[in-house]
This record gives sequence, C-alpha cells and structure tokens, in this order.
Amino acid sequence: MSGGHGHALYRPGDSAVHRLPAHVKVLALLAFALVVVATPRERFLAFGAYAVLLGVVAAIAHVPARVIVRRMVVELPFVAFALLLPVVSQGPRVDVLGLSLSEHGLLTGWNILAKGTLGVVASILLAATTDVRSLLAGLRRLKVPDRLVEIASFMIRYADVVTGDMRRMRIARESRGFEARHLGHARVVAQGAGALFVRSYERGERVHLAMLSRGYAGSMPLTTSAASRADWLRGAALPLAAAVVLTAVML
Amino acid sequence: MSGDASLEVSGLAFAYADGHQALFGVDLTIGRGERVALLGPNGAGKTTLVLHLNGILSGGIGTVRVGGMEVRPGDRETLREIRRRVGIVFQDPDDQLFMPTVRDDVAFGPANLGLRGPELDQRVAEALAAVGMTEVADRPPHHLSFGQRRRVAVATVLAMRPEILVLDEPTSNLDPASRRELYEVLDALDVTQLVVTHDLPFALQLCPRSIVLSGGAVVADGATGDVLADEALLAAHRLELPYGFDPRSVAPR
Repeated sequence: MSGGHGHALYRPGDSAVHRLPAHVKVLALLAFALVVVATPRERFLAFGAYAVLLGVVAAIAHVPARVIVRRMVVELPFVAFALLLPVVSQGPRVDVLGLSLSEHGLLTGWNILAKGTLGVVASILLAATTDVRSLLAGLRRLKVPDRLVEIASFMIRYADVVTGDMRRMRIARESRGFEARHLGHARVVAQGAGALFVRSYERGERVHLAMLSRGYAGSMPLTTSAASRADWLRGAALPLAAAVVLTAVML
Repeated sequence: MSGDASLEVSGLAFAYADGHQALFGVDLTIGRGERVALLGPNGAGKTTLVLHLNGILSGGIGTVRVGGMEVRPGDRETLREIRRRVGIVFQDPDDQLFMPTVRDDVAFGPANLGLRGPELDQRVAEALAAVGMTEVADRPPHHLSFGQRRRVAVATVLAMRPEILVLDEPTSNLDPASRRELYEVLDALDVTQLVVTHDLPFALQLCPRSIVLSGGAVVADGATGDVLADEALLAAHRLELPYGFDPRSVAPR
C-alpha cells in the first residue's frame, strides 16, 4: 500500500480530543483559524499564547511533538516564500546580522509564517485525532452538500484502485520495451492517461449499478449520532481561549 | 407456483439501444431454497438477464417476478422492495465495496432500507458472521485480500436479507483455497441462490440444478450432473470442462 490513502494521517487513540464528534472539531478549527487571522501581526505575544494553546491540545490528544514537526513539512514552500519577502520587499530597511532587510517585508513574512504555522498545526491535530470516516460524516453533519462528501469519500476509497491500475499499465508498457526517453514519447504516456480515465469512468458506472442494486436512492444514509451540549462546550474551549487572548492583547 | 417460487421469469426479451438483441424470450422458475447454476458462453446474455432481475435494465417484453412480486421499473416503491429481495454480488468486489470501512459497506444496504441504531448493527454483525469476516469489520476494503473482499461483497447483500442471492462469476480470480472457502460460505447459507459461472466443477459442487443460456435463450435445464455429462450440448454452446475432469466421477449432490 502506498500510504497515500488518507488513513496514514490518523493516529488511533482514545483521548478527549479523539472522542469529540468530528463536526465539532472542524468548527472549532475554523473558529480558531479565524481568531488567529484576525490578530494584528504586531501583537507578537498573542501568537505565542496561541502556540501554547495548541500545545495543550496536542498534550491532551497524546500527539507527540516530533509527529507534528515531521508533518509540518507541507508548509515548506510557504516558509521559503516568507523568508524571501524581507529580501525582495521595498521600503525602509533595517540591518539584521549584517543583511539589509526590508522592514515591511519582515513583518509580512512573519505574518504569513506565524498564522500559516498555527493553521497547519491545528489542521495536523484535527487529522491526527479524527479518522477519515468520521471526518466525512462530520462534513455531512455540517451540511456540506452530499455530492461533495460522496466525491471525497469515493476519492479516498478508489485512490489505491486507480493508482494500482496506473502502475499495472506502466509495468505492461515497460515490459514491452517502452521507456520514456524524449518528448515524442509523451504521446504514449498521454494515451495511457486517457485509457485510465475511460477505465475509471466505466468503473464509476459499475459502482453506481452496485449502489442502485442495494437500494441507493440519491443520498447516503446518515448513521452517526448528533453532538451533545457537553461536546460543543469542549470543542469551543480552544477557539474561546484564543478569543480571550485576542481580546486581552487588543485592550 | 407463484407462492413458493423465489424467481419467475417469463417471455423475457430485450434489445439494447444500439439494436443488439441480447435476450429472446427467456422462461425460468426457481423455487424457494433452490440453488441453480446459470451457465453459458460469453455473450450469451447472462449479465443482461441478471440486470433484469432487480430492474436495472428494463424496457423489453416479458415479466420478472421475485417472491411473487412483479418487477415494474416505473414504480419506485416496488422497485425498492425488489432490490431488497434480489441481492446481486457483482464480479469485481472493488465495484461493490465503495465505503470507507467494511462495516459501513455492509450497513449501506440495510441503512437504505431505513434501519438504524442497534437493529442496523445487529444486521451487519449477522451478515459478517455468516461469511466469517467479523474480525475485519473496521478495516478499509482495499486492505483485504481478494478472497476476503469477495466474501465481504456477499455479506453486503446478505445484510438486506434477500429472497434470492445472485452471484456473478463468484470464483473468478480466486485461488483454490479462497474458492473452497467461498464454497463453504455459500453452502452454509439458507437462501435461494442463482450462480452465474463459467466454473463448471464449482457449479456441480454447489448447485443441484443448472440452466444453460445461449444466444439469449434457455437451451437446457436439468440436474447439473446430467447437463455436464451431455457432451453434445456442451460442445454446441462453447462450454468446456477443465482437462481431466469427468462429472460422472463425482457423486451428484
């Protein structure tokens, strides 16, 4: 298995964070991100406080720091961009360690880096404590259109099947002596992609037949239970604490 | 006989939109609790017939009755009941298993019937136990072996408590051990079964009766042992026994 099937991010556990219904967690993440984004970039202290809050959540959820750090690699392109800004930006300049950097660029870069990192860490925590199935059910609870949730669910289910098809087609090509050596060979690869599309389309039709045969009538049956008031209160803890921090630094 | 027949097909004829006629007046009756093999070469119309049994295909002439209820494609209410009564296990389990976990997939059918809560859990547990797959309930289907996926696919329709189980090429791509395990699962089920297959020894092992479909019509219907021993019939309809297999060498069931 490639590990690219979306289950790899989940770390099974039974913490308070794990037990919280997925839709509560999604809303909490969203509210937290809003508070972070609304914080003026010069209030450095607030960002430190947000980081501490996320640290507390990670501790409750038993997600080790090294896991979070390793997964933060996805943020690297943004980090590179943020580091570039102080060098290329215009305006008044300051000297830092012998480099002449733009003051405006420094602040903008910090802004992207701080808010981006907090958002990424919060998302990593959500993914680590929520399995894909509950996440999808949570999205349905949040009234995300059924079609979108179904598409996401099928994507997760069939990613491996389609990559398997693709791998077999590549092996079959290479077994008959094909090697992509120059641009002229792009045509062969493109035909492979076309064939893969047709195959997937036909599989889609067969899956639909199988669904109809088991009584599918246009919407997936919803079988998860609703969130209790206590769940909502627990979920609200993170964004509320963040909002308190924001209010404190603004006063 | 409509009282104790699981399936009655009479005068069924069908042509696809491109003009290709696949069925030319098919008649067959399967009694409750019977196990029947549907044999025939590629292109005989087997899949077309199967898709008529639960009203996926329609528009030709003739009638299909399942447990006495007529398949009327326009009528949504009866169609829903028909699809509960006819459990089709498709050939490729990856087409049949589309939910994130095995448990969700087995629950899909009964949940569409309106079951919820403990009653639904009970159905799922029952169906998975019947195919011996209880321990994989929380795994995603793509982490199972092919043989396990085929058995889970059987569970997904068993969970709907069908009147008749229709299996399309159940032994294709199975290794001999998985094939034997599937046989044991199917043999233990107390439900009417229609087994569409090219695997003639499997038909002999599982089904006392066989129907041969060829060129869109029923050309033979009788005890599996007799059908497989009729060399002229097999040759006329592109059916072949595996090398060295003599149906007369095994005791009929």
